[in-house]
Amino acid sequence: MFEGVPLTWFLITGTIMFFIGIYGFLVRKNLITILMSTELILNSVNINFVAFNKILYPDHLEGMFFTIFIIAVAAAEASVAIAIIINIYRRLVNIDVEKMNEMKY
Amino acid sequence: MTTNQLMFAIFSAVIIVFSILTVTSRRILRAATFLLFVLVATGGMYFLLRFNFLAAIQLTLYAGGIVVLIIFSILLTSHISEKMEAPGWKKIIPALIAVLAGAVITISTILQYPFPQQVMADSERTDIRMIARSLISTEKYGYALPFEVISILLLAAMVGAIILAKKRKD
Repeated sequence: MFEGVPLTWFLITGTIMFFIGIYGFLVRKNLITILMSTELILNSVNINFVAFNKILYPDHLEGMFFTIFIIAVAAAEASVAIAIIINIYRRLVNIDVEKMNEMKY
Repeated sequence: MTTNQLMFAIFSAVIIVFSILTVTSRRILRAATFLLFVLVATGGMYFLLRFNFLAAIQLTLYAGGIVVLIIFSILLTSHISEKMEAPGWKKIIPALIAVLAGAVITISTILQYPFPQQVMADSERTDIRMIARSLISTEKYGYALPFEVISILLLAAMVGAIILAKKRKD
């Protein structure tokens, strides 16, 4: 209980956001929208970590550090993924996952 | 309803509604803007939990950095006015079934699990000195090694992104 807000509310919000991200990951075809779905998934995990840290273990900071490292990894992942997407666009002139069936030229 | 509950309800509603719009919008630039709203509302949730440093990181790095990067790449790779074709029902229905099943299982598990209720949450802000000391400490609850590893990862990602995105000579 955090001043009137139970832990389960945070967890349910995180769960719904996570599965919306999974839905986008499964349905979307454009590479950039798939990347955005991945960001949603990572963000929902961050909410869970932070809520667990504050409500169950308020005198520790483990959840916060995990969240910081997840944010750093997400930034690295987004930059590399966008570099790959731009490279693919330069060679194939679209970024639709269903039209990409060659790995090498 | 207390102020905290009201703020939680607002942030949570913004997060859920704009997440759905992010994955269903057919204009890609609008999807990126909705993602920005989701990230800002998540930052608000960190403020609600009194993690001010984390909320600042969220706003500058996620909402400021990653979304701008995504919008730049959208502008480089597609036309703004272009509408993506809607996914067919053949794709939507299995995805919806999988997602709903997963969500129902997870939420019912969360509701059944007996979380300890009596833990006292202090509403103080996290001390920034404590964060800094933990990040460079090598003792118990110290994060010096992950800190160094993440710095090498960021360097590798930077080099990799530059090499991948630069023009080839051939």
